[in-house]
Amino acid sequence: MANHGLALRHQFDDVAQQKEASTFGMWLFLATEVLFFGGMFLCYTIYRRWYPVAFGMGSNHLSLMLGAVSTAVLICSSYFMACSVNSAATGKKNALVGYLAMTIVLAIAFLAIEMSEWHMLYSEGLMPGFNFTYHEMDPRHVQLFFGLYFSMTGLHASHVTIGIILLTVMAVRAYRGAFTPDYHTPIEVSGLYWHFVDLVWIFLFPLYYLIARHLQ
Amino acid sequence: MITAIAPTRDNYLTHEYGIKSWLFTQDHKRIALLYLGAISFFFFLGGVFATIIRLELLTPPGDLVSAQTYNKLFSLHGIFMIFLFMIPSIPATLGNFLVPMMIGCKDLAFPKLNLLSWYIFMAGGALVMYAMLVGGVDTGWTFYTPFSTSYANTYVILTATGIFITGFSSILTGLNFIVTIHRMRAPGLTWFRLPLFIWSMYATSVIQVLGTPVIAVTLLLVAVERGFHIGIFDPNLGGDPVLFQHLFWFYSHPAVYIMVLPGMGVISEVISVYSRKKVFGYKFVAFSSVAIAVLSFLVWGHHMFVSSQSVYASLVFSFLSFLVAVPSAIKVFNWTATLYKGSISYDTPMLYAFGFIGLFTIGGLTGTFLATLGFDVHVTDTYFVVAHFHYIMVGGTMMAYLGGLHYWWPKITGRMYPEGWAKLSALVVFLGFNLTFFPQFIMGYLGMPRRYHAYPPEFQIYHVLSTAGASVLAVGYVIPAIYFIWSMRYGKFAPDNPWGATGLEWQTTSPPPPENFEITPVVGYDAYDYSILEEMKVG
Amino acid sequence: MSEHIVTKKQYGFVFVTLMVLTLVTTYAGMKDLGPLNVVVALAIAVIKASLVVLFFMHVYWSTKLNKIVVVSGIAWLGLLLWLTVSDFATRGWLPFPGK
Repeated sequence: MANHGLALRHQFDDVAQQKEASTFGMWLFLATEVLFFGGMFLCYTIYRRWYPVAFGMGSNHLSLMLGAVSTAVLICSSYFMACSVNSAATGKKNALVGYLAMTIVLAIAFLAIEMSEWHMLYSEGLMPGFNFTYHEMDPRHVQLFFGLYFSMTGLHASHVTIGIILLTVMAVRAYRGAFTPDYHTPIEVSGLYWHFVDLVWIFLFPLYYLIARHLQ
Repeated sequence: MITAIAPTRDNYLTHEYGIKSWLFTQDHKRIALLYLGAISFFFFLGGVFATIIRLELLTPPGDLVSAQTYNKLFSLHGIFMIFLFMIPSIPATLGNFLVPMMIGCKDLAFPKLNLLSWYIFMAGGALVMYAMLVGGVDTGWTFYTPFSTSYANTYVILTATGIFITGFSSILTGLNFIVTIHRMRAPGLTWFRLPLFIWSMYATSVIQVLGTPVIAVTLLLVAVERGFHIGIFDPNLGGDPVLFQHLFWFYSHPAVYIMVLPGMGVISEVISVYSRKKVFGYKFVAFSSVAIAVLSFLVWGHHMFVSSQSVYASLVFSFLSFLVAVPSAIKVFNWTATLYKGSISYDTPMLYAFGFIGLFTIGGLTGTFLATLGFDVHVTDTYFVVAHFHYIMVGGTMMAYLGGLHYWWPKITGRMYPEGWAKLSALVVFLGFNLTFFPQFIMGYLGMPRRYHAYPPEFQIYHVLSTAGASVLAVGYVIPAIYFIWSMRYGKFAPDNPWGATGLEWQTTSPPPPENFEITPVVGYDAYDYSILEEMKVG
Repeated sequence: MSEHIVTKKQYGFVFVTLMVLTLVTTYAGMKDLGPLNVVVALAIAVIKASLVVLFFMHVYWSTKLNKIVVVSGIAWLGLLLWLTVSDFATRGWLPFPGK
């Protein structure tokens, strides 16, 4: 088996050990991310139980269409990311770069949609800390909803941004021929990170966008 | 008599010179020393805060510093000691140095990440220092809301951000250790042949990886709340301050096990060597480390018995807190059984180990008192609690840390420390520690609240004793600092295995070569099998 | 270690399923199912997440160790949620204030 001397680090015995260690390490990191986002999911759980009506009203102010489209965009990006891993494993360099590029484009699209949603909410006076006003009921509990919404989607967006940077670096390295069927661990590991970002949104979408929609 | 000549072969210290070779090193041994320097500095600062606190408490009126300054002092003492000293201490110094060596590999799984961890730690530490210099925080290291989020006029966000950053250092170190221990053991080194220090480091790393993200997000939410007033922790806006406490203690309770488990690992090693006996009940001790790691996450509510947590939850947490004492007790029993009929030597590391066992037992037992709901209501937020955790962290972990530093000093530096001064310091530390903290149990029980800088005159005698003890303790810490530095230049050269220990780290030179071993060791024997040392000499 | 290569076609099946489930959950969210709304939404989210974890992230074919890490991360979050919610859910059980 080809041992890519440049790619094998000295502390490892062979490429297989290095790949297993890298993958394992990324999974451990993702476990920390589950708990990192998890703290905010806990806050959401507590306050949704306490203020179901306020949360319902807050949810109705979010654009269901933009939320659903964002979800679809991220799922597509995950599909393209998976295809890029496949391309790396089968040695198709151009396909690898292409799929990575498409993943990045969709990620940017996701952020664009998100920013437009944020802007819309801001101009409606629904961004806490920026002249938050609400008249239809006690504003404090609705403010809590939006505070959590912006915190969680903001944290998610920061992870998307980091993902974009990571994947761009990967795409550049791929373009320069750094990856082969025997060595493409960075692509796989970046893929794991990217799929995780998609996973968080898979939960954020129903929890924020699908509360009491039948009332609209 | 132990004698050795100056090392002639290339070792990790002499391999390269110059500041760049240190600041850009990927060698886990050098990174361990980088951490050692940093945490020693933070320990010293934490000690300065403690000194002023104890000076203020010499007299009943609050006359040395203002109330707010006093609040800042105990807050910064806690923050520096816990986040910048105790949490990294054994893992980042002894752990970084020894984990790859004890499992017979060349370095950790991710050496560049290891260096990054140090830089992240320094960045966080620098931010906390900066926050301290411009005014610090007065919220307590616990940052309870809504004071920290709505009312404090000190540098909460800055300090919280600094701690947030250092948290990533802790996570990445833990991640590195877990991957290394799972994937890079030498041939023949099965899990149950590992030194117990490795089991402890593994358990500690699991806690670091699972717990630290929660404090990270909690501090982030404190900053968001303070900046945007979204209301999550503010009752005036519909939030619940107890939610903060749940999130905070979900990490901060396991954190105390991050602080004590590595110390327990050191004690297992030291007790074995200086009794010339394998650790009694190896598997029980190994599994108890894992049990502590798991159970530590189930007990956090015992910090919240009087915080309007529901009685049902308090009952559950109280019961589980009793349960978590069991694996710790198993260790203490097994260490004692190891001593039984052992061939005991009273070298300095062993003296620290004896101190650990006694003081940790007292600290741990008082923990079970605190787990008892009725008793806790009486002594919560008094000096009883302060004494309890200092018995574990100072009487326990600090003793183990010092013991470990002495034990592995020959391996790390290639030099011996002066045994006479070392024994004396151990004694001074033990005496100073007890004089400082035992009176605190008594005055806490009698009602002296914690975090108060002024108090009724009937407590003064205890405070005077405590401050006197603190000055003795300080001397006990300063002497080793001096002779350790002295020994690096003038100490006797150390042989490869001055203590006659088993363990792969002792099968290589003192100090070790850059890649730890000339050839990868192959392990065919159990840990603490002293008979193989005889075979090795003969062979 | 043998490299298991997942084909684009296999990924494609998962992708289509995920998109369909997204439509389903959006549609279900617009109906009034009472308390079941949350249950249905979370159930669908868990199914989608499982598909992503098992097939996009290769956990179906991965080592036992990686599977343990996945389960542990989720379990620990579950612990945080369960024990904390059980405090909030059991407040006021006793007839005096604050408990």
